[in-house]
Amino acid sequence: MSTQTSDDAVLGRVEQFIYREARLQDEHRYAEWEALWTDDAIYWVPANGDDIDPEQQMSIIYDNRSRIGVRVRQLLTGRRYTQEPRSRLRHLITNVEVVDHEVNAIRAACNVMVFESNLRGETIWAARTAYLLREANGALKMATKKVELVNNDKPLHTLSFLI
Amino acid sequence: MTPTTHDLAHLIDHDRVHGSLYADPAIFEAELQKIWYRTWVYVGHESEVPNAGDFVMKSIGPQPIIMTRSSAGAVLLLLNRCPHRGNQVCTVPKGNARTFSCPYHNWTFANDGRLTAFAFPSGYSGQDMSRLGLGRVPRVASYRGFVFGSFAPDGPSLAEHLGGAAETIDRLCDASPEGEVEITAGFLQHRVRANWKFVLENETDGYHPAFVHSSIFSVADSGIGALYGQKSTALTRDYGNGHTEVDLRPEFRRLGRPLAWFGTTPERMAEYAARMKGAHGEKKATEIMIDGTPHVMIFPNLFIAEIQIFVIQARAVDDTVQHVTALQLKGAADFNRRLRQQTMGSVGPAGLLLADDSEMYERTQRGVQMRDPEWLFIGRGRHRESVDENGYQVAHATDELPQRGIWRHYRALMEAA
Repeated sequence: MSTQTSDDAVLGRVEQFIYREARLQDEHRYAEWEALWTDDAIYWVPANGDDIDPEQQMSIIYDNRSRIGVRVRQLLTGRRYTQEPRSRLRHLITNVEVVDHEVNAIRAACNVMVFESNLRGETIWAARTAYLLREANGALKMATKKVELVNNDKPLHTLSFLI
Repeated sequence: MTPTTHDLAHLIDHDRVHGSLYADPAIFEAELQKIWYRTWVYVGHESEVPNAGDFVMKSIGPQPIIMTRSSAGAVLLLLNRCPHRGNQVCTVPKGNARTFSCPYHNWTFANDGRLTAFAFPSGYSGQDMSRLGLGRVPRVASYRGFVFGSFAPDGPSLAEHLGGAAETIDRLCDASPEGEVEITAGFLQHRVRANWKFVLENETDGYHPAFVHSSIFSVADSGIGALYGQKSTALTRDYGNGHTEVDLRPEFRRLGRPLAWFGTTPERMAEYAARMKGAHGEKKATEIMIDGTPHVMIFPNLFIAEIQIFVIQARAVDDTVQHVTALQLKGAADFNRRLRQQTMGSVGPAGLLLADDSEMYERTQRGVQMRDPEWLFIGRGRHRESVDENGYQVAHATDELPQRGIWRHYRALMEAA
């Protein structure tokens, strides 16, 4: 197998993974989405720039694996009122790139636009999203997901769906 | 602009307020003149501009404000508008600068707002430069590092405005081994399509947590839920001047466990506990660690919420921004890490608590525009108000005493000449 073919295959797998993750988010399939994370996962949505130190500065989301679980369990209660009724959502994914590929670590990134419709109205969200994906039992899992919102330095409406 | 005086007797009653107070753009315009551009408004913290030349963008209502520390060391509040032709002078959120230069015609201002240079100065021969500086908020005062500004050249002092509520800020600072808090973790900005007073009133509403936050209470064992139950011994308190508190100390004293209020123990926060004992002595340090930090709403826009502060910014009748960050206690690194982690989980646009509060603000904003009933009822607990040892009115943790106090002060400000 040539290197080119191998790279194409990796890109194809990454794309399919990202599309599936987006669909699970759009359709509020919380438990299936949670199963995509590794045990040492970090889910990060920085504020006030893309390169802040999340250990020192406030982020919109900076969840370790435990807090991802809390976030999901809260959504599953049916009393997370900001998501009851749930937002109707569609993620649009473009510009998928494999940034770096090692034996068991794929760094990938893509551009994302999300159209949200809820009681407040319609909101458009846009971001560059970076993933660190790892192989586990023949499937890819997310070790880190960093969502760099284009307007993360400005006042933002409630962002209570899974971005 | 001369503010007109509003007679609000037909809109504010002792146990009810009219829905139009939240939705009428004319009321909002009057509030800007009577409240936001008049009374003391919290702007920022001295620790955000520690060095000469430091500046950070802040606000008073819809007005952007540059908080600077001048070369002489004074904290000043400048308006971000070139006195030449009105251009914005500062377009970055923070930094350090000896001067601000307007990019339009290159007028240059010192970091205290004085005009120091014209470009092509021969065109301004004989001009008095002292009249062409950046606008300044005329009164600036701080209390324990918290900087407030008032657009009114005269009026009550900051100490008079804070009144008894100043003691809550003392209580907060006492929780630091060095007696100071710092604001260094950066702000989240959470925007709601709702009137600012819904946010203000909710901060000391002890009735809603059991319901609005039941989802997070049921999946994360924080212990907060019990503080706001029917059997809680916690109190609501009205300090006057619109300042209100939910005093949780009776519950924490009943538990009697240091740092239980923060869901941790002195053993797990060993460095902090040791420094507190060094600073205050064993007995006092233990008392402080049992009592916890305050939950107080300083009218109109500073909410100290135990582990974080919210700065409420009214931008339009239905557009409010909650600026929120973790409190950091000087000299308490282990403690501060936990403050940041807990704050990040609970507040901001994706916060496990605040996203649900904000949902209520927006639904309420839509609700009050419906025709019937026209009023909001805030009479809960009127029959069980009492007076504490300092002469302040108190009631049960879930009572609407704070909301009645807020509206009493609001009416006094709006009806003032």
